[in-house]
Amino acid sequence: MADGAFEETVREIVERFAALEGPLLPILHAVQDQLGYLPSACVAVIAKGLNLSRAEVQGVISFYPLFRVSPPGKRIITICRAEACQAMGGAALEAHAESALGIGFGETSADGEVTLEPIYCLGNCACAPSMTIDGVLHARVDAKRFDELMGR
Amino acid sequence: MSVDVFVPADFTARALGADAVAAAVAAAPGVEVRRNGSRGLYWLEPLVEVATDAGRIGFGPLDAAAAGALFANGLPDASHPDCLGLVEELPWLKAQSRLTMARVGVIEPLSIDQYKAHGGFKGLERTRALTAPAIVEAVTEAGLRGRGGAAFPTGIKWRTVLETDGEPKYIVCNADEGDSGTFADRMIMESDPFCLIEGMLIAGLAVGADRGYIYCRAEYPLAIDTLAEAIRLAEGAGYLDGFHLEVRKGAGAYICGEETSLLESLEGKRGVIRYRPPLPAVKGLFGRPTVVNNVITLASVPAILAQGADHYRSFGVGRSSGTLTVQLAGNARRGGLFEVPFGKPLRWVVEDLGGGTASGRSIKAVQAGGPLGAYIPPRHFDTPLDYESFQAIDAMIGHGGLVVFDETADMGAMARYAFEFCAEESCGKCTPCRIGAVRGVEVVDRIRRGEAAADNRVLLKDLCHTMIDGSLCGLGGMAPLPVLSVMTHFADEL
Repeated sequence: MADGAFEETVREIVERFAALEGPLLPILHAVQDQLGYLPSACVAVIAKGLNLSRAEVQGVISFYPLFRVSPPGKRIITICRAEACQAMGGAALEAHAESALGIGFGETSADGEVTLEPIYCLGNCACAPSMTIDGVLHARVDAKRFDELMGR
Repeated sequence: MSVDVFVPADFTARALGADAVAAAVAAAPGVEVRRNGSRGLYWLEPLVEVATDAGRIGFGPLDAAAAGALFANGLPDASHPDCLGLVEELPWLKAQSRLTMARVGVIEPLSIDQYKAHGGFKGLERTRALTAPAIVEAVTEAGLRGRGGAAFPTGIKWRTVLETDGEPKYIVCNADEGDSGTFADRMIMESDPFCLIEGMLIAGLAVGADRGYIYCRAEYPLAIDTLAEAIRLAEGAGYLDGFHLEVRKGAGAYICGEETSLLESLEGKRGVIRYRPPLPAVKGLFGRPTVVNNVITLASVPAILAQGADHYRSFGVGRSSGTLTVQLAGNARRGGLFEVPFGKPLRWVVEDLGGGTASGRSIKAVQAGGPLGAYIPPRHFDTPLDYESFQAIDAMIGHGGLVVFDETADMGAMARYAFEFCAEESCGKCTPCRIGAVRGVEVVDRIRRGEAAADNRVLLKDLCHTMIDGSLCGLGGMAPLPVLSVMTHFADEL
């Protein structure tokens, strides 16, 4: 996307939400939903639109784990690392996913195909271990099921 | 005439294939597929229910192929060999006292008609005839305490907001259900969203607030969508009556389940906790008097107003009034949601309802109350599920999550994880939490490597107590609890 068009997109989102009480998180979500991540250039546009300092906007982005500052892979995998999943073999699933994908948590594969992220609870704790692929939840995932889901 | 067949559409049921089951069932002639929420008997999901004159009969767990076969020769009836019988008569439902979760899994979540047919909006109706102090009094009388984990008396919180001047006032629903092993909030939001809306409207009338926010974690996309649609429908049907209600999405920070951090986040800031006082009830969202309550707390209010404080109080024991929505998770044979009166023994839930472990091995520990809760060994399983009894064994009920671990669990690793999690999620404001959690991981690692283990155990205890005494909020203040419980009950593993 050309710089001008991208800035226009962000400006339009800022305008759409500016009247809300506490609009910053809704704006950041909307920008990320549209662009896939929060490019550094969006910070100045949002700051200006909300009359905040760039540091304030940057600080909010860096605080929250779900805000991304670089483009994610084509597929985004999250695996739950919390206790209920650990009680059902979650650690083994984590290790399998890392070795099968050849990347660690928080990383994107070199070919840009897949991003692996940790997540701390999906609320699916009675049917653990849990993971999501592009937002779709999967239950009782072991190494074999992981491979099936990933089409390996 | 077609027959109603219910196929759950909640997040977990879908993860178990409920959408494909629904499609298979829909292909059968004479069937009207209804997408209810889940009853919370997750080991039976996808659980298909067929309406009959005697009540709804159940089949499950089913996959799409089994569902297709089941309906291939017409509607299956109670004589079918795979039939579980009347769902309401299943022992795991029959043993429950569903007050807050009465409609969860029964109705279609976005049907106002079904909500009303099952007692919905009765509490709100009664509330409209009461003065604000009388509403607060009813909630106080019921003995309702905050179900998010802190167990603070809801009536007292509401009274403070009612008696504090300052317009506008806010009702904020804490739907940042981040504790592992918990999903009751999610179930209400996905399966009975109008109940939460009704609770917030009642709270608004009780304290004089005309706007509200539901701060829901981003990990619950279905809950967010369901709530947004429910709010739209309730507004269209005239129920909001000038009350401005919005869902706001979190962004993955566990600390935002702490109420002051949640308020900061709603204001569009980093989710860094605030010093207290002032309490949010006095200076909350944007500095205004604010009720901050958990989903289950607010969803319990309609039943209290509809059926009376005495009825609610007739459940439970001592200062733990009413019911607890227990969420049994992890290595449980029958994991799910069980709403039971306070005071039932932990063993009854874990062993009788839950059936022990999924792995078939013996239980080593149950972690109660999320990642900041103690690991409880089987010798304490006769402890009644109430706030005070749990406190007496240095544990907490918290939001009602119970995570079962079998004998293969490495308790030293779980103690390490408690610190690791705290380090990951600390907001960074206070030193005991920010630094203590990192040092905690290091000390545990040294003990596990056998480096000056005795000295490091002393150091670890000291660190735990520094965090407990010196942290500003519950994250740093309680993360040591699971660690100390491991040191006490599983000493040979740490």
